[in-house]
Amino acid sequence: MSKPKVGFYWCASCGGCEEAVVDLAEDVLKVVEAVDIAFWPVALDFKRADVAAMADGEMAVCFVNGAVRTSEQEEMARLMRLKSQLIIAFGSCSHMGGIPGLANMTDCETLLRRVYQEVPSVANPDCILPQERCEVPQGSLTLPALHDTVSSLDQMIPVDYYLPGCPPPVKLIKDAVSAILQGAMPPKGSVLAPDVAMCTGCPRKDSKPEKLLVSAFKRPHEIQIDPAKCLLEQGLLCMGPVTRSGCDAACVEGNMPCTGCLGPTGRVRDFGAKALSAVASIADATEESKIAGVLDKIVDPVGTFYRYSLPTSILHKRNRHEGNGAH
Amino acid sequence: MSDLIGGNGCGVRIGVYVCHCGTNIAGTIDVRALAEFAATLPGVVLARDYKYMCSDPGQELIKKDIAEQNLTRIVVAACSPCLHEKTFRHATEEGGLNPFFFHMVNLREHDSWVHTDKVAATEKGKDLLRAAVRRVKHHKPLERRQVSINPDALIVGGGIAGIHAALTMANAGKHVYLVEREPTIGGHMAQFDKTFPTLDCAACILTPKMTAAKTHPNITLWTLSEVEKVEGYVGNYKVSVKRKPRYIREDVCVGCLECVEACVYKQAKVLDEFNLGLGKRRPIYIPFPQAVPQLVLIDPESCIEFKSGTCKKTCVEACAERQAIDFKQQERFEEIDVGTIILATGFDVFDASRIPYYGYGTYPNVYTALELERLVNASGPTAGEVLLRDGTKPKSVGIIHCVGSRDDNTNKYCSRVCCMYSLKLAHLIKEKTDAEVYNCYIDIRAPGKGFEEFYNRVSEEGTHFIRGKVADVFPTEGTNQLTMRVEDTLMSMVRQISVDMVVLAVGLEAQSDAQDVRRRFNISSSTEGFFLERHPKLAPVSTFTDGVFLAGCCQGPKDIPDTVAQAGAAAAEALALIDAGAVELEPNTAYIEEELCSGCKTCIPMCPYSAISFVADKKKAAINEVLCKGCGTCVAACPSGSIVQNLFEDVEVFDEIEGVLAYA
Ligand SMILES: Cc1cc2nc3c(=O)[nH]c(=O)nc-3n(C[C@H](O)[C@H](O)[C@H](O)COP(=O)(O)OP(=O)(O)OC[C@H]3O[C@@H](n4cnc5c(N)ncnc54)[C@H](O)[C@@H]3O)c2cc1C
Ligand code: SF4
Ligand code: SF4
Ligand code: SF4
Ligand code: SF4
Repeated sequence: MSKPKVGFYWCASCGGCEEAVVDLAEDVLKVVEAVDIAFWPVALDFKRADVAAMADGEMAVCFVNGAVRTSEQEEMARLMRLKSQLIIAFGSCSHMGGIPGLANMTDCETLLRRVYQEVPSVANPDCILPQERCEVPQGSLTLPALHDTVSSLDQMIPVDYYLPGCPPPVKLIKDAVSAILQGAMPPKGSVLAPDVAMCTGCPRKDSKPEKLLVSAFKRPHEIQIDPAKCLLEQGLLCMGPVTRSGCDAACVEGNMPCTGCLGPTGRVRDFGAKALSAVASIADATEESKIAGVLDKIVDPVGTFYRYSLPTSILHKRNRHEGNGAH
Repeated sequence: MSDLIGGNGCGVRIGVYVCHCGTNIAGTIDVRALAEFAATLPGVVLARDYKYMCSDPGQELIKKDIAEQNLTRIVVAACSPCLHEKTFRHATEEGGLNPFFFHMVNLREHDSWVHTDKVAATEKGKDLLRAAVRRVKHHKPLERRQVSINPDALIVGGGIAGIHAALTMANAGKHVYLVEREPTIGGHMAQFDKTFPTLDCAACILTPKMTAAKTHPNITLWTLSEVEKVEGYVGNYKVSVKRKPRYIREDVCVGCLECVEACVYKQAKVLDEFNLGLGKRRPIYIPFPQAVPQLVLIDPESCIEFKSGTCKKTCVEACAERQAIDFKQQERFEEIDVGTIILATGFDVFDASRIPYYGYGTYPNVYTALELERLVNASGPTAGEVLLRDGTKPKSVGIIHCVGSRDDNTNKYCSRVCCMYSLKLAHLIKEKTDAEVYNCYIDIRAPGKGFEEFYNRVSEEGTHFIRGKVADVFPTEGTNQLTMRVEDTLMSMVRQISVDMVVLAVGLEAQSDAQDVRRRFNISSSTEGFFLERHPKLAPVSTFTDGVFLAGCCQGPKDIPDTVAQAGAAAAEALALIDAGAVELEPNTAYIEEELCSGCKTCIPMCPYSAISFVADKKKAAINEVLCKGCGTCVAACPSGSIVQNLFEDVEVFDEIEGVLAYA
């Protein structure tokens, strides 16, 4: 029997997810032994045409990282869906929209103007913005169109499984690959990580008081972080209580608060809303004036609570209808 | 059998009933159209409209349809669930289904009563029905839980309220723990000489009740005691009571008071609390002659033996072979189990020094009304004579009403009793001194039985009534008198009245530690700080915590007749609960899915009923089902969505919301 064919693709992402595959280290060789890598543009010389030439469903599984924000990414996502039996959304951006998804706070025009004209490090005296088509003496050049809205992968194509994380922890990748190879997959739609929140296995859990009230939220650079005490207790916005476990508390072990990259548990629809209500629950203020004072310390609420999940939040969907008007 | 498939794949057969409520609903909503609409919704097997669903034939309809049509879910669109949810749950149960397979739509209060546009109201009705039909298919069978009631009761506070409630319950054969923090029971009433409006002697009517409370075989009376901790839930409270040392062995002391006479202090030198500092006592003393229990106590702050250990202890000599005095007594704790609790912690009087322009604490001849109560009292510091600080009789007295009441700067509310006790004091002062008495009032509030008559009587006795709020009290130049400056609003002029004595009719406030007490017993308070009743009209002595009741001024200012009536009502409510033997608890409680909980502890301080605790060995949170009131706070707070609330599961709530919003 021939080895199962596997594909990797990246959409709007930083490249960290590809790095995570490499981080499998010698285990990557075991994977390579067991499967036939049919498509991986980052590492191997494949072209779109190679995939287009495949029969439908020829690949057993395809790992797609990155959010979808251009016409090309959308097209490739649809192609992978056609050619692969399983699609696994790989990493936070693909899973929930990720950091690129924060662009949904604004529209395309503002975004391009900011990036290509306004930022202090840019010199663009002619105010040239990227164009989808541009005529040059040698002929026409084209660029993919920029979507007005950043989407998670499953907002574009049906997704079978999710490997969460920014990037997904090596252990979760290994477990997923071996489950696929053994055909021992959970029900479709599952997130391939434990469905319990981070605090469960946090080494600082015992230090967390039963009645925690925070009167001043802090940012990591503002304090000397005690490496043994619960970070929330120190006023840092640790997303551990909201976030799915599976990372072995990597950030907390590194003396930094959890930022929520593994997303919420399966029972929570909107990460940011839950995070906000959890934080509101511990804010030490009951009068309106004081509440504002405590919450004002949270410098970038959307970037804090929806850091990885704005496109998939309930909140955003409404914005898209009323605000940007694109979809 | 079930040929209809609900949205979540479970087979359900829903019956929908739209009530006309006479014209209450049918007058504004096209009930027929609504029923026809309901019939088209997925899962609905039959839909009817009917004139009065709560009537017997209406309920019969539900039962019959369940049997004949094999219905598995019932939706009734009628009035508020507060009114008839019970009725229809019962009908559903009688029909053979779990009562929680029922859901109610509030078509009356939420729709017909608040709208006039018939078309729009009918459309809104459709949205509400669609939501209910979508939610009810997720309903699960639930069981009501029963908890038994411990027949013993705790009453906190031994004022007239606590005493009356204790006697009522004890006479009904229940065992009562009466916990009072002062050395004697009696509360404020024990400080009065006469009571309005009948002018009967306070001691004559109170002392027998105090004694009865002490001697009743069913009452355990603990003075110098306070509740430290309350755990548990209705019917099953565990209470820890702190008992402060009296330094007198209660079982041995016979109340002969020989030790008091024998004390090395030949003169009483310590300011006497019961007389509000108007008199003096010794370090070993009894608060007042009729105190119950009739036991002395030692105040370690002033006793030489406590201060230096070098006293001759003449008191011990006097006590002789009885050996009742025990300097080594320690604070101790009693743990008791009770099923019901009545709070009767009373009130505090307004601190008059908070209004500096009345000069209390600055001018010696400004008194509070409570101090006057002691002066007019035959067993008070002046043996019932109204005397100024220099020992002379006042020839003129001004009484200022509403001090610390009906005032934006202090308390906005009316204290209810000050007008009447001011009239009482005017009468008593006149009787005892023949002084001119000036009552300066904003309004005279005399709305009780015999009150207006009492006002007329005091009026006729020659007391001067001046309608106006006193602006200022200051010394009258060149005399020992005080001037009250007041705008007489009936004569439209500012008057300055010189008097020998000013009496401030201080208002009633919540006890200074009311907030701590409230938290300890897990009940609420109103903004003024008085304990909050469950419903101002229909549950005036209940609280939001089952099994905890209120009596007397801890719930709000009131006079003795109202206090006693309320104490009787609280006792009756507690007795009703005890005699029922058990209570059924609503099953809409929350529970934590143990394997999903991360132990993040977010939920624990959120619960207003302290129902959640952290299980140390499992490192997870757990909800005590019996304590949970189903408020849903923790469910919303749990960051990992690991708490489920019966009848409010996420699927139920989300499908309901989507149902409302799914209009075409
Ligand atoms: C100056 C004045 C004159 C009045 N004259 C009249 C009158 O003539 N006629 C009339 O009908 N009404 C009169 N009233 C009103 C009357 O005082 C009240 O109606 C009555 O005292 C209320 O009784 P109670 O038991 O609720 O409270 P209280 O008398 O205040 O008794 C409460 C008891 O609870 C105890 N206690 C408090 N906290 C705790 C605790 N945490 N633990 C244990 N024990 C505690 C207190 O020590 C006290 O013994 C007058 C009020 C005032 C201020
Ligand atoms: S809040 Fe953060 S630091 Fe605290 S126990 Fe949870 S994961 Fe650990
Ligand atoms: S010890 Fe002395 S001072 Fe104290 S009560 Fe006894 S006799 Fe009085
Ligand atoms: S639902 Fe309310 S009462 Fe019940 S445990 Fe949660 S917070 Fe407490
Ligand atoms: S909030 Fe949720 S996860 Fe955290 S301790 Fe409570 S039940 Fe467990």
